[in-house]
Amino acid sequence: MEKQATRDAYGKALAELGRTYDNVVVLDADLSKSTKTADFAKAFPERFFNAGIAEQNMMGMAAGLAACGKVVFASSFAIFATGRAFEQVRNSIAYPHLNVKICATHAGLTVGEDGGSHQAVEDISLMRSLPNMTVVVPADGVSVKKMLHNLYKMEGPAYMRLGRPAVPVLYREEDTIEIGKGNLLRDGNDAAIIACGIMVAKALQAAEKLAAEGILVAVADMHTIKPLDQELVIKLARQTGALLTVEEHSIIGGLGSAVCETVSEHYPVPVLRMGIADAFGQSGTPDDLLEHYGLTVDDIVRNIHKLLEKRPL
Amino acid sequence: MRPINIDTIRMVEEKARRIRENIISMLGQAGSGHTGGSLSAADIVACLYFWEMNLDPQQPHWPDRDRFVLSKGHAAPVLYAALAEKGFFPEEWLQTLRKLGSPLQGHPDMRKLAGVEASTGSLGQGISWAVGMALAARLDKKSYRVYALLGDGELEEGMVWEATMAAAHYKLDNLVLIIDYNGLQIDGPISEVMSPEPIGEKFAAFGCHVVEIDGHNIAEIMAALNAARQTKGCPTAIVARTTKGKGCSFMENRVEWHGVAPKPDEVERALAELRS
Repeated sequence: MEKQATRDAYGKALAELGRTYDNVVVLDADLSKSTKTADFAKAFPERFFNAGIAEQNMMGMAAGLAACGKVVFASSFAIFATGRAFEQVRNSIAYPHLNVKICATHAGLTVGEDGGSHQAVEDISLMRSLPNMTVVVPADGVSVKKMLHNLYKMEGPAYMRLGRPAVPVLYREEDTIEIGKGNLLRDGNDAAIIACGIMVAKALQAAEKLAAEGILVAVADMHTIKPLDQELVIKLARQTGALLTVEEHSIIGGLGSAVCETVSEHYPVPVLRMGIADAFGQSGTPDDLLEHYGLTVDDIVRNIHKLLEKRPL
Repeated sequence: MRPINIDTIRMVEEKARRIRENIISMLGQAGSGHTGGSLSAADIVACLYFWEMNLDPQQPHWPDRDRFVLSKGHAAPVLYAALAEKGFFPEEWLQTLRKLGSPLQGHPDMRKLAGVEASTGSLGQGISWAVGMALAARLDKKSYRVYALLGDGELEEGMVWEATMAAAHYKLDNLVLIIDYNGLQIDGPISEVMSPEPIGEKFAAFGCHVVEIDGHNIAEIMAALNAARQTKGCPTAIVARTTKGKGCSFMENRVEWHGVAPKPDEVERALAELRS
């Protein structure tokens, strides 16, 4: 299976976007080689500004550039972009509804060896709580490229969560990725897995294993956490009566919370939230960490069984 | 370079006086807000809006306009008074300050009021916007200039120095930082709460051309702004010594007037002083 890190796809797509639109400006905070904005910097040095290790000022500069008509892509690691600079993102970007797209890499546990201080497990929650903010978590390189285009076209602030490790390519060039519209990648009536980011590929593998046991689960790539595709969530709740959310993020405030908020108001069904259970990360290889925190394919299979036991017949 | 002569100085002095009158009356009507730091900045803001900056109130979003960022956003009344005086909106609107539904928010909101260039209020952030705007001017090969007004207490925010470092690094000679150096913050004198002094030396060390002036002397403000125009290769920081509450004797240099609006009798007294 072909693999690509979403940050690598981001770097390439951003440079491409810069070729098409000359009002694209890119900012980074001394991590351009890791976030891959270096690709853009190399192609368009005059439209790339390194803020140095100063994320707060980077977000403020982004606001000023956007207020003068630029479409700004600001990158850093998720922990700094959403944590260190949270109040700048809130007051200088979200509040004035500016065209700044915060594209943060190295989100979640799969940062790996750098450890808990650098593993953002609460970034989706932070960004989702901000009025005006669109939040997207692409599952693979193809969807990153398509989503980047969407973010450029939409008016206003957005947060795109990207990862460090290579992940399987799930989409084809001709597939559609639309903000606010989840993609049903596999259908099934026994239960539904709603996943985002790197967990989508694992959800598909789990669905395959479950099918071998005769359990048919639907799998949705909920790449947009906000605005959430409520229609799809309610449809899956109605169709299967049991939902499993899977994300490489705290179970508090992210995709799982968003899905629960929707079904509890519109169509209550049992929901199990898979994610990081209100804990910080630690050092380790990405795979070891995913196993330690219970985010493997087998964990998904096990949780589907658990969920089916809970579902009222 | 703009002309400095007795006529331009008198004209700006009169504008500053009218701005102060409106600061007092709108805050009196609002019943809350930041009086002292609005009054201390009135001469600087009058000089910018009525002498220095290229603006067209009929076209508030004219791409070539100069940009003013009120980084000390709590001094919103001085900005609103200047915008009204300049003709961006009817003067009656000033009486809606801080009321539900008003375009005149407690801190400036660019989405609610045309003429406001940046939504500010959380200290330290406006200066970064100004750096971004100055970079945009350069990218677009435009000759507009960008002005950011900061409080002296605001300099305690680390972000100010991140932004100043960036302004010097990118050699933004189209950017002018003006520090309203009134010496007081909410909890007391800046020297007692958390001293940012020596201010001029700090901006110089960060790579700015520094001019230190009396922030109530119109001729000195004008000369400093002209000096900034002639400075190439680095931003200018104008450190303007001011008096908090300037123009109303019972408010001057009194820390308790930082975040308090005048009561009706105090409005009368203040207006009488400003009109005498």
